Amino acid sequence: MKDNDVSLSRRSLLKGATAAAFMISAGAVINPLEAWGLEVKALKPETMQTLIQMARDIYPHDRIADRFYAVALKEYDTKSTSDAALKSLVEEGIAKLDQLAKEKHGTRYVDVGWESQRVAILREIEKEPLFQKVRSGLVVSLYNQKEVWPVFGYQGESAVYGGYLHRGFDDIDWL
Amino acid sequence: MAAKFDLNDDSVVVIVGSGAGGGTLGTELALKGIKTVILEAGARHEIEDFINDEWDSFAQLAWADMRTTSGSWRVARDFANLPAWIVKAVGGSTTHWAGASLRFQEHEFRTRSVYGDIKGANLLDWPITLKELEPYYEKAEFRMGVTRTNGIAGLPGNNNYKVFEKGAKAIGYQDVSTGRMAINSDERDGRPGCQQSGFCFQGCKFGAKWSTLYAEIPKGEATGNLEVRPNAHVLRIEHDASGKVTGVVYADKEGNQHRQKARVVAVAGNSIESPRLLLNSASSIYPDGLANSSGQVGRNYMRHMTGSVYAVFDRPVRMWRGTTMAGIVRDEADHKPDRGFVGGYELETLSLGLPFMAAFLDPGAWGREFTSALDSYENMAGLWIVGEDMPQESNRVTLSSEKDQFGMRVANVHFDDHPNDIAMRAHAYRQGSAMYEAVGATRTFPTTPYPSTHNLGTNRMSETPRDGVVNKWGQSHDIPNLFVSDGSQFTTGGAENPTLTIVALAIRQAEYIAGQMGQKVI
Repeated sequence: MKDNDVSLSRRSLLKGATAAAFMISAGAVINPLEAWGLEVKALKPETMQTLIQMARDIYPHDRIADRFYAVALKEYDTKSTSDAALKSLVEEGIAKLDQLAKEKHGTRYVDVGWESQRVAILREIEKEPLFQKVRSGLVVSLYNQKEVWPVFGYQGESAVYGGYLHRGFDDIDWL
Repeated sequence: MAAKFDLNDDSVVVIVGSGAGGGTLGTELALKGIKTVILEAGARHEIEDFINDEWDSFAQLAWADMRTTSGSWRVARDFANLPAWIVKAVGGSTTHWAGASLRFQEHEFRTRSVYGDIKGANLLDWPITLKELEPYYEKAEFRMGVTRTNGIAGLPGNNNYKVFEKGAKAIGYQDVSTGRMAINSDERDGRPGCQQSGFCFQGCKFGAKWSTLYAEIPKGEATGNLEVRPNAHVLRIEHDASGKVTGVVYADKEGNQHRQKARVVAVAGNSIESPRLLLNSASSIYPDGLANSSGQVGRNYMRHMTGSVYAVFDRPVRMWRGTTMAGIVRDEADHKPDRGFVGGYELETLSLGLPFMAAFLDPGAWGREFTSALDSYENMAGLWIVGEDMPQESNRVTLSSEKDQFGMRVANVHFDDHPNDIAMRAHAYRQGSAMYEAVGATRTFPTTPYPSTHNLGTNRMSETPRDGVVNKWGQSHDIPNLFVSDGSQFTTGGAENPTLTIVALAIRQAEYIAGQMGQKVI
């Protein structure tokens, strides 16, 4: 596996195991439908699960699978193993998010049913350090994954293919 | 073969910076037989090193050393330590530029006379006219191989251009073309024609786009009169008791400091670093910094009135394919004050890759309004607005209290839009959106200016020493053997992308410096 998705160990035994989007297992966030699991070393698995949901609510793309959000956020766990300040920023920020969700909806953030309801909660914390950090990091770590570019139609590097001179630089046909 | 000069050789011309101004000046001087050392703060990356990847290329080429910002411009909020997207590498921002090569218009050299006294603006006529610069524009266009000059064919239009052209004509614009570009439309000067690769901003992998890195500097080096010293970050300029400059002190890659002696020093570090260097060179004789008896060093910072309009259609455009900026509407470039502002603007095609579109479409935005725009990336067309902004004394590069890796105070860039800039931008957003709506756009995005790419005016030319920093030759009013050779010498900004004018001024300045040295005046 390539470095940027190394954390997502495939767990084929879990394929089709449940209808829930995520499961929490010992030390891991597991997505049975997409057949991957993200092991966490420093953060609580529930925290990583909530971070992934938060990331999707910040930059929702219905055609992008959860694993790309997970890859984009993996470093929060990796860095938290040696960065206590980061770890507490994340754990406390997510605890606050869940607290707000419980006050409004009686559930954890990830269990709030509608995106608009979760976004309303995010709006309350969007000036806070965790949100700022997650959003500003995600705008690079999500959209700079070459694997997501095809979803947007973006083709990436072109010089190795000789540019677009003979590959459709002027092929628009509907004008 | 490239020269190698001794640090104690005080007969050399030392140029700080290797971009459009410094790279051209150094090459011209070398071709005239003058021993020249270009000190470049960045590394030397050749064509094969360039990367077709926006963030990786940014990490390779961009000036990422600390800078600070202030003022009401949105860049200060969104990119507080990145006021400008310019380059720290041999070739300077000519590695990154898009290639648009337009001459200034006649009236743009005398805006104080034509526009009048605009409240809050520090307008001044240039000490030169278009007529004086025309022979040098001709030389610049020839050596850069500008399309639609010298019998060179225009570039073909890409998908983004075709949408742009059809929309422009639909709303009545007439001066619409793939522009005058310093990008080969066919093989020329030992470089190939454009392969429509995109990634013009990341360094052209084919060398079809003119850059001092490979189109000028090697010619200077071949004379044996030019040495380009990369990773040589100039910290200060030194002078003798008479006030004349004697050399510079620079830090190498390891941070070790060296003193390069010089007969003449020319500063070409772009409009943020050049005034910073003059200010950081303050001494007992020049307590306010070098060349600063007017107090104008660092003032009148201009960045062009810019912005972008992106539009989404119901079918694919794939704007990223092909030349990034080969498309221009010039109908709004004239001074037509009945529009509610002075000066004019150009509309030019532009595209960003998906990673930079995410970062720059609406910095800080999140949620579905933002992501649904990106979901339509493949169906997007885009244009850039570049217009004349008003010089203001308070828009200014000053020394911050923060220090860089060498212990030198970094530049703070302060900027507020002038009401004229705001009125012009609003007009351009309306026109750009109308173009795209005329060909079926379902949604348009008036996009905020990016970190500055056109940095101008902070060491401006003036007829009289009290109004500016340098004379009509880019020579300091205060110190005869100290020159400014980049866009910071612009008295006003014009509506045109500045590189062609920087190159024309550098060619002209080389003649002057050679003449003055020949007469032993400097």
